[in-house]
Amino acid sequence: MGLVLLIVIWLITFISAYFFIAKTWWLPVGASAAAAGIDHHFATTYVLMGIVFVAAQLSLGLFAWQYRERTPSTPKAYYSHGNNKLEITWTVLTLILFVGLNFMSSSIWASERFRPAVSDAVEVEVTGMQFQWYFRYPGPDGKFGATKPELQDPSGGGEAALGLDPADPASKDDVVAGTMYVPVNREIDVILRAEDVIHSFFVPAMRFKQDAVPGIAIHMHFTPITTGDYEIACSQLCGLGHYKMHGILRVVSQEEFDKWLAAREAEKQ
Amino acid sequence: MATGEFAAHAVHAHAAPTSWIRRYVFSLDHKVIGLQYFFLALTAVFVGMFLSLLMRIHLIWPAAALPLLGEIKPETYLTLLTMHGTIMVFFVLTTAPQGGFGNYFLPIQIGAPDMAFPVLNMLSFWVTALAFFVMMAAFFVVGGAPLHGWTGYPPLSALQSAGPGEGLGADLWVTSIALFCIGALMSALNFITTTLDMRARGMTLMRMPLTCWAWFITAILGLLAFGVLLSAGILLLLDRNAGTSFFVPLVTINGQLTGHKGGSPLLWQHLFWFFGHPEVYIAILPAMGLCSQLLSVFSRKPIFGYKAMVYAMLSIGFLGFMVWGHHMFMSGMSPYTAFAFSVMTMAIGVPSAIKTFNWLGTIWRGRIRFTSPMLFALGFVSLFISGGISGPFLAQPVLDIPLHDTYFVVGHFHLIMGVASIFGIFGATYYWFPKMFGRMMNESLARWHFFVTLIGTYAVFMPMHYLGMAGHLRRYSQLTELNYLHGLVPLQTFMTYAAFLTIAGQFIFLFNLFWSMKFGKKAADNPWEATTLEWTTATPPPHDNFGGHMPVVYNGPYEYSVPGAPRDFVMQNDPATVEAH
Repeated sequence: MGLVLLIVIWLITFISAYFFIAKTWWLPVGASAAAAGIDHHFATTYVLMGIVFVAAQLSLGLFAWQYRERTPSTPKAYYSHGNNKLEITWTVLTLILFVGLNFMSSSIWASERFRPAVSDAVEVEVTGMQFQWYFRYPGPDGKFGATKPELQDPSGGGEAALGLDPADPASKDDVVAGTMYVPVNREIDVILRAEDVIHSFFVPAMRFKQDAVPGIAIHMHFTPITTGDYEIACSQLCGLGHYKMHGILRVVSQEEFDKWLAAREAEKQ
Repeated sequence: MATGEFAAHAVHAHAAPTSWIRRYVFSLDHKVIGLQYFFLALTAVFVGMFLSLLMRIHLIWPAAALPLLGEIKPETYLTLLTMHGTIMVFFVLTTAPQGGFGNYFLPIQIGAPDMAFPVLNMLSFWVTALAFFVMMAAFFVVGGAPLHGWTGYPPLSALQSAGPGEGLGADLWVTSIALFCIGALMSALNFITTTLDMRARGMTLMRMPLTCWAWFITAILGLLAFGVLLSAGILLLLDRNAGTSFFVPLVTINGQLTGHKGGSPLLWQHLFWFFGHPEVYIAILPAMGLCSQLLSVFSRKPIFGYKAMVYAMLSIGFLGFMVWGHHMFMSGMSPYTAFAFSVMTMAIGVPSAIKTFNWLGTIWRGRIRFTSPMLFALGFVSLFISGGISGPFLAQPVLDIPLHDTYFVVGHFHLIMGVASIFGIFGATYYWFPKMFGRMMNESLARWHFFVTLIGTYAVFMPMHYLGMAGHLRRYSQLTELNYLHGLVPLQTFMTYAAFLTIAGQFIFLFNLFWSMKFGKKAADNPWEATTLEWTTATPPPHDNFGGHMPVVYNGPYEYSVPGAPRDFVMQNDPATVEAH
């Protein structure tokens, strides 16, 4: 029985570890400035934890087999209540490993979340509602117009869904889109809102995830570094259509972005 | 603690009831109440497992028409996962190890005739049972059961118009949880008082089996955590029905104003996770205590580092109340607090690692007997390592960015809080079945059950980590909408087949359980040659546990292979005291 258990535990360990090492399934290719740092720290954690995982499982299987009761005449087990030196050693080692890992990653977290976006960042307001994302740009005046909950009408699409107040002069040049256009290599200042329930704005390739919470506007920034189309998903359960609440983030050159924005402005006039 | 306790025993002693109702239904006997909790959890676990089966089928064959149930709609999938999570967390993982085995064996292991408050004990079971009926009723009301997930984040869970099932079904869901909290609070008081006041002569705290320590610490966690969830549940009921706005700000649902304003959705998350994280330990601590016990008994070796084990459990319990914010790194809470919560969370990995090392130290140079309880204890250690190792990923906010709310999290908590705890419950069942029912369970069936379950659960939950790394979000009822999910469907299909295998394996257990009650081999009073007090009394134990006399304790709980002793174990009540070490 000891041998069967050893084989099963070792096989489980090797097969599980194989798919991690072979990277058969892995993080999607990163496309933001922060991705490299996050991925690097992910890899560090994964190597260290992987070693602990394999070592612990292999010893478990090995001990189970090695110290099995063979015959009734096998000598008694080793009588010991433990070893304080060992206890202290592994306590200190795990403390250093775990808390050390945490401090290693704290600078990445700080650069992502402790400082606000730079002053010339591209502002995009992202609003989640059941089950759609809308993206709003402030237009040439650099100001977002007022929105009013009582004006919100999702069936009207775009501006109506956000409840944009036409009486506010700042709202005249606001552009509302269903696809999120952003210029490459510029910091994007995302202002997250939700109208009804909690949603979460997740762009896997950008290593960007943040809940959108009704009642508060959350600022968060990221810098896309590769042009292309990236899928946006909702990662917080928001109701029956949660699985289909998705969108596209389109990262384009600055010229293309300006052209697109100008065309949307022109459509409004 | 000597004489005072005898007086306490005298007060609490109650005569064996004679009527059937008082004996088996409204019983005051902790052993009957323990079995009632056990069978409630057994019912709940099969309901919860059936729901997970439907979820797995729906994910792979969304259009399949099932017999009697028809096609599962996307919103029904969300209902299934909500009820699966709620039932499993509350009515299985909290109910079986603590309410079930804790109730049955805590008094016997510490040498007491019953729990401190037998009437309260009966009441806590029946309130819990009522909570379960209310939860089940949610399936049968108009609109069905809620779809807001077991975490029930408002505004989704607070507004009837937010989705199907958010009407009466959601009210029943919250009510059931509130009732459960009341039952759990009464039970926690009882466990704490019993442990502190009812120990037999000589049963010092540091001579208690680690199972008793685990139940004791779990009860303290329960006392502090369930009170908070109860308050949160009441506030949510008020938001839903009395027009208050504790958790709901000014929102519109599909363009309609809801009449709420000024509430904070994050307040719920703080209250919920202040309960929710200790709840993880409420589920796993009893399994930790039990597996420590089993590893020592069946390695015929004292537990490695008894004191370290006690202190590790105490620090897990203590730190467990300071880490709730790690569920909220992406919630919009201040990023500075995220850092603090993260450090505390990484720190809680330390006592968990100490326990793992000590388990390995216990079997090292032992003389292992591969009984069915031992297999499950070894399986528990393997699962605890696998489920624990993913913790330090999720504890770091930076890595939580790609992993939060993905299948990585689902794999993590299922392995450690779900399957590892369930292995503890299985180990406890195989271990104590002879004492509870007077017969042995069938060993061959138990081995089949063990290997099918170990391999099956790994095959279901290990791939979830791969899915999560690839960005596969949880609570997605269809895999067709996001393009990057398409490539992951084969892995999902594999997991569904693995789930079929695992679920099939559980019927081996169910059969063995009921078959052995009737036809199992008659059990001796101490079939495992273990040292703790439950093995000193008759099988099954008499109404007052020890047949009129009170045990006196001379030894620690894990005196195996003591040099010079006539047998390879020394009972706790054996006056031939083991030399102090």
